[in-house]
Amino acid sequence: MALDKNMKILIVDDFSTMRRIIKNLLRDLGFENTSEADDGNTALPMLKRGGFDFLITDWNMPGMTGMELLQEVRADADLQSLPVLMVTAEAKRDQIVAAAQAGVNGYIVKPFTAVTLKEKIEKIFERINAGG
Amino acid sequence: MATDDMSKAQYLELAERMVRSLQEDQHAEFESIVEELTDLRETTLFQEVGRLTRELHEALKSFKVDSRLGDIAATEIPDARERLNYVLTMTDQAAHRTLNAVEASADLTEEFTGKSGHLLEQWQRFRQRELSVDQFRQLSRELEDFLALVQNNGTKLQANLSDALMAQDFQDLTGQVIRRVITLVQEVEDGLVDLMRLSRPGSSPARTEESAEAADKKARDDAKGTGPAIPGQDNDDVVQGQDDVDDLLSSLGF
Repeated sequence: MALDKNMKILIVDDFSTMRRIIKNLLRDLGFENTSEADDGNTALPMLKRGGFDFLITDWNMPGMTGMELLQEVRADADLQSLPVLMVTAEAKRDQIVAAAQAGVNGYIVKPFTAVTLKEKIEKIFERINAGG
Repeated sequence: MATDDMSKAQYLELAERMVRSLQEDQHAEFESIVEELTDLRETTLFQEVGRLTRELHEALKSFKVDSRLGDIAATEIPDARERLNYVLTMTDQAAHRTLNAVEASADLTEEFTGKSGHLLEQWQRFRQRELSVDQFRQLSRELEDFLALVQNNGTKLQANLSDALMAQDFQDLTGQVIRRVITLVQEVEDGLVDLMRLSRPGSSPARTEESAEAADKKARDDAKGTGPAIPGQDNDDVVQGQDDVDDLLSSLGF
């Protein structure tokens, strides 16, 4: 099944430059329906209002971190199956394992390439569409 | 000194009463004075022990503040220096990467704007019926080459723009590092303020609990996020790029 290019994506990062980079890369991949938030505290109410199909989040942010956001999402009945891709500079093995245990669907370590972003998004939705 | 004077006066008074009671054979009075003297002696001793304990306690507390500052000076300042050097390297690389993309793109656009000028001129001559059949054949070959060039250079331009875009990730990565250094500077400032407070007599440090918290600081840092790994520094237990992340995750069944 092909990727839904109209899906609504929320990009969460405290650095506006990184949000713009991800937004531009997504546009190159054909995803134009994106919104932005600068940390978990701003992102969570947006997600709860509904309509988002995919969450891309940083980890290290002031206010609510990406990890806390992931935990909130997984604990919310309406959001628990929302695909979450973490794009972060956090590179410790323990942290990656913790993110996996918290239910992340993909993990990209910064600095990353456009190809990596494309591959991970495709892989996440391949697995979801395969029902796994 | 005031306490010493008081004890001396008390001792003197008791001694006089003791001598008098002995001379007057008042045994009960004598016994009670000896008792009082022992009490006085013990009270002074306890006060002294109390004072020493307090001093020891304060000294230990100040030692904790000192040792945190010592840690900062010995490990974290050099560490911060490394981090700031990393920021320099990253910003330098990003600037060059962007400039390379801009310079390469300038060459590409120059190539097709130059050619388009010549073609426009020929095209206008053709529209005014000034070209011979041979000249038109030549123009149509040039037009075909030009369209191929636009397509080719357009693809290259797109790649250069992407590269310039990705180069901007330095702002996020170095920003996180700079934030850590700012936190460290703040901690040094607080530590120095504590030291000043300690060196003033009669004052007590307010922030000593923080030293005790240092033990679980690492765990909390990990949960909050610690920013990018610095090459040659954060090497323990850190993945070396996306391939390592993918290997780790697939080992967990991803």
